[in-house]
Amino acid sequence: MDNILPSYLILGAILFCIGLYGALSKRSAIIVLLSVELMLNACNLNLIAFSKFGVNPSLGGQIFSLFNITVAAAEVSVGIAILIMLFRRKGTSDVTDMDAMKH
Amino acid sequence: MIGDWFGNWLEFMSHGENIAFSLLAVVIISGAVFMINMTRVVHMVVSIAAVFLGLGGLYVLLEAEFVAFVQVLIYAGAVTILMVFGIMMTRYGGQEEQQQGRPLANALLLVGTIGLFLAIFFAIQNSLFPGGEALLSGEDNTRAIGQAVFAKYVIPFELVSVLLTVAFIGAIVLAKREEE
Repeated sequence: MDNILPSYLILGAILFCIGLYGALSKRSAIIVLLSVELMLNACNLNLIAFSKFGVNPSLGGQIFSLFNITVAAAEVSVGIAILIMLFRRKGTSDVTDMDAMKH
Repeated sequence: MIGDWFGNWLEFMSHGENIAFSLLAVVIISGAVFMINMTRVVHMVVSIAAVFLGLGGLYVLLEAEFVAFVQVLIYAGAVTILMVFGIMMTRYGGQEEQQQGRPLANALLLVGTIGLFLAIFFAIQNSLFPGGEALLSGEDNTRAIGQAVFAKYVIPFELVSVLLTVAFIGAIVLAKREEE
């Protein structure tokens, strides 16, 4: 079969751009976190595609995607904790209201 | 032109792996677009769960079975449920905002995002990817990953465990109800 690697890379690029748009345009903080997860998943897809079809295929891509998943899980847990605390303090989960460090 | 493209498409679709890739890609992209366009937050989380499951299918297709099941466990299981809990805890009506409010900023953002995608797209189209030999076919993927993690990548592995502990403690400290 011919090379299918560009298809995977373009799918990753589409996912990354959708995630970027969501992270920058949505106002609900939960959805911003979900969009960041989408971008991290696009990155994982690229890593695993290169680990199979790359110039020098090896297991390193899969292992780094595992590390990436771990870091993403830690990020989500801390992000949800911050959101819950902020909701308890200010009663909102809108990212445009989170400007306490702005001034 | 059209016939050439159609012939390429037929040739692409003549492999079973490519058909599976196309179906999963349709699931993933439509899930992501629905995630952006839904109005209720819970529906957004359900559609992004579809994205995570589709990505797990793609990882199986790429012969990364262990990562695929980790993806289903962590993302489609844990992260999605955590997001649902987060929505339940911070509910303010359950609706994403009805009025977007910033049409100019959103239009500029859309243009910028599409520009970024086009830049990546042409960069991918213009670069050559010399195909190496297919790796790992028929091998025990989980065993190979375990041996690599505990031999070659043992220091990052330990650092990740420290990172997880720190995130765990930090999440508890942050979300703990302070009594005053």
